[in-house]
Amino acid sequence: MMRFLFACLVVLSFALPARAQDAFTAALPGLFGGFNDIATSVDQLANAGDPRALPLLRALSDGRLLKRETTLLIRSDAATTDAVTGAAADAAGAEAIRLNNRVRVALRGAIGRLALVSPDATERAAAAEAVYRSRSAENIPILEAALARESVPRIRAQMELSLAASRLMASDPGVQRQGIAALANAGTENARALLLEARNNTPALADEVNAALVAVDRALAIRRAAETLYQGLSLGSVLLLAALGLAVTFGVMGVINMAHGEFVMLGAYATVIVQDLCKDIPWLQPWSLPLAVPAAFLVAGLAGALLERGLIRHLYGRPLETLLMTFGVGMILQQAVRLAFGAQNREVISPAWMQGTLEMPFGLMVTQNRLWVIVFSLVVLGLTIAAIRYTRFGLEMRAVTQNRRIAATMGIRTGRVDALTFAFGSGIAGMAGVALSQIDNVSPNLGTGYIIDSFMVVVFGGVGSLAGTLVGALSLGVVNKLLEPWAGAVLAKVAVLVGLMLFIQRRPRGLFPQKGRAAS
Amino acid sequence: MSATLADPAPSRLRLGLRAATIAVVIALAAMPLLNRLPVDSAFHVSDFLVSITGKWICYAILALAIDLAWGYAGLLSLGHGAFFALGGYAIGMHLMRLIGPRGSYGHPVLPDFMVFLGYTELPFFWWGFQSFPYALFMALFIPGLLAGIVGFLAFRSRITGVYFSIITQAMTYALMLAFFRNDMGLGGNNGFTDFKELLGQPLNTALARSSLFYAALLSLVGVYFLCAYITRSKLGRVLIAIRDAESRVRFLGYSVTQAKLFVFVLSGMIAGLAGALYVPLVGIINPGEFAPTNSIEAVIWVAVGGRGTLIGAALGAFSVNAIKTWLTSVAPDLWLFALGGLFVAVTLLLPRGLLGLVRKGDR
Repeated sequence: MMRFLFACLVVLSFALPARAQDAFTAALPGLFGGFNDIATSVDQLANAGDPRALPLLRALSDGRLLKRETTLLIRSDAATTDAVTGAAADAAGAEAIRLNNRVRVALRGAIGRLALVSPDATERAAAAEAVYRSRSAENIPILEAALARESVPRIRAQMELSLAASRLMASDPGVQRQGIAALANAGTENARALLLEARNNTPALADEVNAALVAVDRALAIRRAAETLYQGLSLGSVLLLAALGLAVTFGVMGVINMAHGEFVMLGAYATVIVQDLCKDIPWLQPWSLPLAVPAAFLVAGLAGALLERGLIRHLYGRPLETLLMTFGVGMILQQAVRLAFGAQNREVISPAWMQGTLEMPFGLMVTQNRLWVIVFSLVVLGLTIAAIRYTRFGLEMRAVTQNRRIAATMGIRTGRVDALTFAFGSGIAGMAGVALSQIDNVSPNLGTGYIIDSFMVVVFGGVGSLAGTLVGALSLGVVNKLLEPWAGAVLAKVAVLVGLMLFIQRRPRGLFPQKGRAAS
Repeated sequence: MSATLADPAPSRLRLGLRAATIAVVIALAAMPLLNRLPVDSAFHVSDFLVSITGKWICYAILALAIDLAWGYAGLLSLGHGAFFALGGYAIGMHLMRLIGPRGSYGHPVLPDFMVFLGYTELPFFWWGFQSFPYALFMALFIPGLLAGIVGFLAFRSRITGVYFSIITQAMTYALMLAFFRNDMGLGGNNGFTDFKELLGQPLNTALARSSLFYAALLSLVGVYFLCAYITRSKLGRVLIAIRDAESRVRFLGYSVTQAKLFVFVLSGMIAGLAGALYVPLVGIINPGEFAPTNSIEAVIWVAVGGRGTLIGAALGAFSVNAIKTWLTSVAPDLWLFALGGLFVAVTLLLPRGLLGLVRKGDR
């Protein structure tokens, strides 16, 4: 009878790759035998690497695998199929294969190992994790085989971790060393936990384990530093955007504008309006944010030009009065927006292409919208520098900054340059509002939270220096985030403020002081 | 600015102003007495008016402090609210200690919020606050110390003008953030309230209220004379000279740093006194007092009244707050427009304030 069965199977499985087919079919007869035969057969099936093995073993484990003479049938809710050919079959006269504990243990391991090569990625990922939890030296060959054909990086990483964990369970010290070395390279929290466990279980390899722990700790420290750096850069880029406009109006014109934060807020509300306008036009929706950038620039720039021509112009040479007056203007703007839009937060939806997280080397996770804010702030900085350096307007602006009277005698209309400069700086504030709408609540007092920090950035970087603004913003952001873990967010802020005051003691004109006559 | 430099024989206008000021002070002094009259009397002054006037008197003291620094030495501090709040916190700590076992948790020593936060013993900086003289001393000393540190750092490195303003604003902002924290041991965002007594007197009696009112009024008059004395002294002239031409004063051999430091510390202490008088009157102190807006609002009182005039600063505090009280009850939405408009109007149209209008002839 056995011989007949073999013959049948060989005929049936022509299409399969020879090696897998042989191992698969060779394992099947055991299922008809006693419990020991079944357990052996289960192990063989698991090692065969045949795609039909997994559903078969699952059916066996659930009591859905039926035998009838020489045929194996899988019963499911819908129908009964032949376990080997997959063809529909009749369940009449078939009986379920019974299991005992030994078989169940073998099945659990086998299914786990087989899932590692499943065509379904989520199944492979789950299996890789399951093998990690039930680590045993038996899994080493199957993990090695699975790794060889795995291509998804995330699953590969999990498999490598599981493999290293399984190797630690091996009795051969050489294999254990391999595992330790792999863990040292992995450099994750999990690897660290495994190594700590291994230090207790294998005292003989304590030296290797300790060396590996040092390596893992170093990798973890690097990742943590990279994370902090990213968060700091992200905060710094926000500060940069908010401070850039201020650097132009305060640094270039010497006019302190306490309403600057409200211009940022106007930009954010311009974003809200543009988004509302685009709501009904489906193809425009994803592009509402890029459209909001020029809109916010124009709205805030216009407001700035009006403020300069209407009010600030009359107060040149009286900086303290300018400060108070612009503060009052900020109050009025804030209250006007509060009455017009309501005091509650307005939501700005990020377009799909800005959502989600990116995976970077070292397992670093990076949120996309923050990345876009960093890129955006650098682009705005670049454009600002280019405008000041290469355009006619920039040239006139620099001339007026250096010497107003001489510039006027050369035919530059200084009043017009003042208005344009102020509008330019305010427009940058408006663009900052677009970026802030992505990471902060849009509310009438959006700007107040950033205004003091922005002034700190400008003072720290050096008034009148855009490079100083860049360095000042990024370093303040990073320092803030560096201090946060052990001082808390609020104390970090206080510490930064105090540190800045002490810094000004040493460098009253900031990091990048202006040189020459313009400085006084 | 010759008005304050050389003091000529008082003109009729000045005499009139002086008489008006004295009349106002007498009217203020009469308020708690008129409050005792029967309610149906034509001269009866309501409880509300007395208590709010008491607040305004404290604000006027704060305005004098700002005027001393800004109007005379040219130091525009946007952080005087911090000195005010620190003085208030010092007295608030005293008042909290006096509650004793009457708190909701009934702890003999610890204030309620500490019991709630799981403190087992009093933090060291609360020691001694059961004594009123000590608390009063701290109400002046802490603001003075802070003003001294900030002033020393700023003036030594010759931080002037708007830079100084921004730094003082950052100072009060940082303090606000710090005081909002529960683990500061100073009541967190709720601050202190539910005070029971001061100097053995329950705070909810008419006698206590009028005593506090008179204490504030006396302080206002005292602070005015102190400021007037300083501004007319030789030091006052040096301060005015610093305001108008700092470098020249320095080159003439005066220590600009010392003069500024003196006036800033004194100004901070006066603001602390104002806060110390304010807190028992209103019965609450919380970190909101540190908000930068409060400080800048106080600056506008001085600007409205006329800086460099002392009387004008007090006048500004009264008038702006009167408008605020009226407007916030009639049309609350309009108040911020009015305040913002006040900033713009005063700086553009009335740079010398209300008193500047009257004193035009002195120019």
